[in-house]
Amino acid sequence: MTARDLVGRVAFYVVIAVITAFMAVPVLWLLSAPFDAAPSLTTSLPEWTWQNFTGLLENPYALTSLLNSVLLAGGSMVLVTALGALAAYALSRVHVPGRDVLLYVLLLLSSIVTGTAAMVPIFLLMFELNMIDSRLGVVLVLSGGLLPAAIFILKDFMDATPRSYEESARVFGAGPLQILRDVVLPTARPGIATIAVWAIVQVWGNFLTPFILLRSPEKSPAAVVLYTFYTEGGQADLGLISAFSLLYSIPVVVMYVFVNRRYGFRFHGGIKR
Amino acid sequence: MALTTSPPVEPRRGSPATDAAGLGRTRATAFVVPALALVAVFLVYPALWTIYLGLTNYRLTGLAAARPEVVGLENYARALSDPDFLNSLWLTLLYVLGSAVLGQCVLGFALAWMLRSAPRVVRTVVESLVMLAWILPSSVVAFLWIALLDRDNGTLNALLGTPGMGWLLQYPMLSIIVFNTWRGTAFSMLLFGAALNAVPPSQLETARMSGASAWQQLRDVVFPHIRGHVLTNLLLISLWTFNDFAPYLLTAGGPDGRSEILPIFVYQTAISDGLLGFGSAISLLMLLINLVLAVVYLRLLRERRP
Repeated sequence: MTARDLVGRVAFYVVIAVITAFMAVPVLWLLSAPFDAAPSLTTSLPEWTWQNFTGLLENPYALTSLLNSVLLAGGSMVLVTALGALAAYALSRVHVPGRDVLLYVLLLLSSIVTGTAAMVPIFLLMFELNMIDSRLGVVLVLSGGLLPAAIFILKDFMDATPRSYEESARVFGAGPLQILRDVVLPTARPGIATIAVWAIVQVWGNFLTPFILLRSPEKSPAAVVLYTFYTEGGQADLGLISAFSLLYSIPVVVMYVFVNRRYGFRFHGGIKR
Repeated sequence: MALTTSPPVEPRRGSPATDAAGLGRTRATAFVVPALALVAVFLVYPALWTIYLGLTNYRLTGLAAARPEVVGLENYARALSDPDFLNSLWLTLLYVLGSAVLGQCVLGFALAWMLRSAPRVVRTVVESLVMLAWILPSSVVAFLWIALLDRDNGTLNALLGTPGMGWLLQYPMLSIIVFNTWRGTAFSMLLFGAALNAVPPSQLETARMSGASAWQQLRDVVFPHIRGHVLTNLLLISLWTFNDFAPYLLTAGGPDGRSEILPIFVYQTAISDGLLGFGSAISLLMLLINLVLAVVYLRLLRERRP
């Protein structure tokens, strides 16, 4: 190794180390503070305790908000996968006139009409429909936003599954709905599972839509309740915030690892799947 | 609009439209309608309604709430002479250029490029950290950064030895730009990682043998192969950054509107102050900017797939 190579090698690792530190430092607090008996904003080695987690049980909004997050994410996941899979299957197998244009416009719309750019009309629409402060309203709005991408990706999956299974089941006298349940559903399962996880992760982390559409703290999901924990007046309860943040983060990390192991993430029109 | 005449995004291979299960037209329609109805009511209708709302003086409360009037282009005229709006537009441009184009794209490429020749352990650790920043919920990462940048007890001040430096108050724009770079680099890293795999190693080898420097290899061998990916990446991350509401969690647009990017501006005017008509006009501008970015992106995708 020449001296020049050595210098290059050292420079390489210095740059990597700086980037790693940049990425790691903000997260360290999330790993240390929840277990610290006297958490402060500075990252430090904790004096080990579980007290911050038991404190969560006493907070009136912490656990209900996690339940609300489950409701919102679960509801949207069911709606998006069920409606998305049905629509994708029909669009994949039956020739509907103007199908390709429809899919193109859907995909375009879903990337344009974001929760941020459309927050005013969505707020007003829910206001007129009397659905402000309704969890169902949040589920409907979020599902409407996720469906186009879900249909697009699921149709790709359906197009890639062979039709011969369906044809042979039909030869043996199975009805269309029976074929759907016993043949199509099992073969399309990886696609449906991916979309289900994707929908859950999207809704789980979403802040803006429930922030705008829900009023009562007992209906708000964890994303919104966490924000109120650190913005409401007075001294922020760092033990509570850190333990709650960790508890709220674990499900998405676990799901990410699961999907990554099982199917791997691939890119599709900018949507991770 | 020219959109409806555009050919499909992805021309399908073979003939997919064979009704193998014997579904029939009627059932197929019944399958498609619920999904489309939901999309129509909660996605398409709000977008189209914005056009009308932006022409009215709709308010959340008061007389104009009960009986809104059409005021024509007044909202747009007002926006163009509103220093707060123009300031917000400028900050948004800074935010997108700084955190998406410069920050995420450059850092993402640097990571993808360097990690190729790094040992496996280093690679796994760095990639996991970058992914973690991407997948954690935004309320959580926002608080992590509030803790990091805190004036009195923040870890950053402890590390840099600058006690009492209120980063979020003194440099709000810089703070949210660095924050978003940290948060979103994963996408660029993954995309460039995949793109770099498509560069033939033999060509790189040849360039190295003939004594090309690292910079020359990048410019002459790598870049021509990944040009399309760079554009794709830039358009997507610009679109996402432009629609990013997370800075609100960090600075709420403050202090004094010094980090009030467009999403926060719309929220403050329409939802907080109740000026729904004016807010809708700004929303429509945002939707149009999104439309331009998305159309260019889809065009590009189609050209890459002959």
